[in-house]
Amino acid sequence: MNSPLLELKGLCSTVFSEDTDQQIPILKGVDLTIHTGEIHVLMGVNGSGKSSLAHVLMGHPNHQITEGEARFHGKPIQDMESDERARAGMFLAFQYPHTIGGLPVGTFLKAAVEARRSEEVPFRVFKRELDAALDKLGISKEFLGRSLNEGFSGGEKKRNEILQMHLLKPTLAMLDETDSGLDVDALKKVFHDVREYANEDNALLVITHYDRVLDYINPTHVHIMRDGRIVKSGGAELSKRIDEEGFEAVLGVEASV
Amino acid sequence: MSAEKAEVDFNVAEINKDYERLYGFHTNTDYLKNSKRGVSPDIIREISKIKDEPEWMLKFRLDSLDIFNSMPDPTWMDGSVFDEINYEDLYYYASAGDKKYNDWEDVPEDIKDTFERLGVPEAERKFLAGVSAQFESEVVYHHLQEELEKKGVIFLDFDSGIQKHGDLIRQYIGKLVPQGDNKFAALNSACWSGGSFVYIPPGVKVDIPLQAYFRINAESIGQFERTIIIADKGASVHYIEGCTAPTYSKTAFHTGVIELFAEEDAYLRYTTIQNWSTNVLNLVTQRAIAKKNSTVEWMDGNLGAKTTMKYPAVFLAEPGARGRVVSIGYANKGQRQDAGAKMIHGAPHTTSSITAKSISQNGGRSSYRGLIKVNKGASHVKTDVECDALLLDDFSESDTYPTIDVRERKDVSVMHEATVGKVSDETIYYLKSRGIKEEDALLMVVNGFIQEFTRELPMEYAVELNRLIALEMEGSIG
Repeated sequence: MNSPLLELKGLCSTVFSEDTDQQIPILKGVDLTIHTGEIHVLMGVNGSGKSSLAHVLMGHPNHQITEGEARFHGKPIQDMESDERARAGMFLAFQYPHTIGGLPVGTFLKAAVEARRSEEVPFRVFKRELDAALDKLGISKEFLGRSLNEGFSGGEKKRNEILQMHLLKPTLAMLDETDSGLDVDALKKVFHDVREYANEDNALLVITHYDRVLDYINPTHVHIMRDGRIVKSGGAELSKRIDEEGFEAVLGVEASV
Repeated sequence: MSAEKAEVDFNVAEINKDYERLYGFHTNTDYLKNSKRGVSPDIIREISKIKDEPEWMLKFRLDSLDIFNSMPDPTWMDGSVFDEINYEDLYYYASAGDKKYNDWEDVPEDIKDTFERLGVPEAERKFLAGVSAQFESEVVYHHLQEELEKKGVIFLDFDSGIQKHGDLIRQYIGKLVPQGDNKFAALNSACWSGGSFVYIPPGVKVDIPLQAYFRINAESIGQFERTIIIADKGASVHYIEGCTAPTYSKTAFHTGVIELFAEEDAYLRYTTIQNWSTNVLNLVTQRAIAKKNSTVEWMDGNLGAKTTMKYPAVFLAEPGARGRVVSIGYANKGQRQDAGAKMIHGAPHTTSSITAKSISQNGGRSSYRGLIKVNKGASHVKTDVECDALLLDDFSESDTYPTIDVRERKDVSVMHEATVGKVSDETIYYLKSRGIKEEDALLMVVNGFIQEFTRELPMEYAVELNRLIALEMEGSIG
């Protein structure tokens, strides 16, 4: 088997709380290995630490790794800035993407693509790629002139995140509750576009707390997280059980905390 | 050299250190050796004589000097700003020669060199309607495309305006900014030199912006630009005054007076981006009158100067008049941008809007100072004020001094909104998570913040503004 894309061993983290001015422990020893060609779904109730895991990996300024190991492409990420991690191929589709007034989506996308590739991309080249991506995702060009996420509906924000994923071509794409706030049609569309992206050279880590995502995506691995740890892992069969019996039944009584 | 002088020189060197690297360049300033310092009736007479001015202009100047000498400094701002002005030590008039040039070939080499570095001739080839370039206090190069001349458009330096259209100017000068309006307007009225005179005949629409470049290039020079723009009935014009100053020593002083007249159904826009080096005191009085169904717009960018005090005003004199100000201020270390706008609704059915954006960093201070006045009888009025401040660190300052004075009750809508914000770590994190470096991320947020201003500019100005801000912000991330 090829070497892992992402390897977490006993990962512990804290988050800085501005309310209490304290570091609060979040991850309490996460072990996880992801290879290219895999689709991982990470489930768990609210507060189990799944979104935190994504932000710890992406380098959120308030999250800190305190113990354990996190390697991406074999390299420890602890001392890498978010932008370095992104340029190395990591991507996070935010649950709540930020709004930047006056920054047109098109300008932002070009800057991001150039940053990811660490080179200037001629306008013509960029436009060709962008047009192809917009076509593929069925997004209108009018979108490019709008300010980044300003006045976007929930669905538009999520589709914008997926558009970025398609353009930036990360090797590890993490999707943080991309399904939340979407109606059935939008959910179908967005996860169709997510599936389209997955291939043998990349991997997905799909974070959700609803099992309905499993209707739209076929994971190779399913993990259940609780209290800062991954407490159960399995393959497609686990997702099938969750699908049939429900999330809580699979975990047993402990799940209903 | 006295200790005090040594300190001043050191401070100036500090101020100029980055400026030199970023934008600075010198050209030979030999011609200054004959200029006189200070101001007196004799000097005024001499200036007027050199310029071969009509008697009324000399009288206007001398009266203004009397007013200037009898006026105190403005009291509404802390006086320390004015303490450093040494009126005796300023050159009130400096000329690069007696000639004016209509042909680029005739312009002296060192001046040409300066303009080439500013890209004037190239810009002209590309899209200028005409160039009125001010080198020192004198307009030395002036060119107006034939097409505009045929339409009867007048676009002259102010001196030539006095020579050729003195009677017309006499009807307008000081009508909006009287000599005694404020101390600096009085000084300008006494000592003015350079500036533009623009007249657009009825119904003429000038499609391309008229541009003027201003420069200060000598020690302790006072620049007193005087500009009058008249858009006659149904006329339309966009005038752009851009300026960039090279490095030089000691405090320089710029006090301009700009008067805009928009007749019925006219459209008049005045755009300026000032980028004086950070030892200049920039005190400009800008005022406009908007007649029936006309529109006046001030686009006002303030990046440079040590202290700027500038409040473009529109007097909405007749029904249907519209006034608009969009301004940005950027206050870096040691800078104070005191800018804003004034809208005076003197007639019913008039509308105005003010959008003021300021950015402060490295201890800079930006203030919004504005006035909305609705006179008795000015019913059916709508006015919106939005001022937003962005602080890039914890030790920079921003404040607002809005004055709203409404004397009419019937159908008057006044909106005032003010925000102060910081760039959140979360926002920067979001951009960084796309591979964008921190300094670029911050710049993207700042450019987005002032986008309401930049989108109003011709493209090359917008690009240049963004580039200047990038240079200003360089190395500011700790």
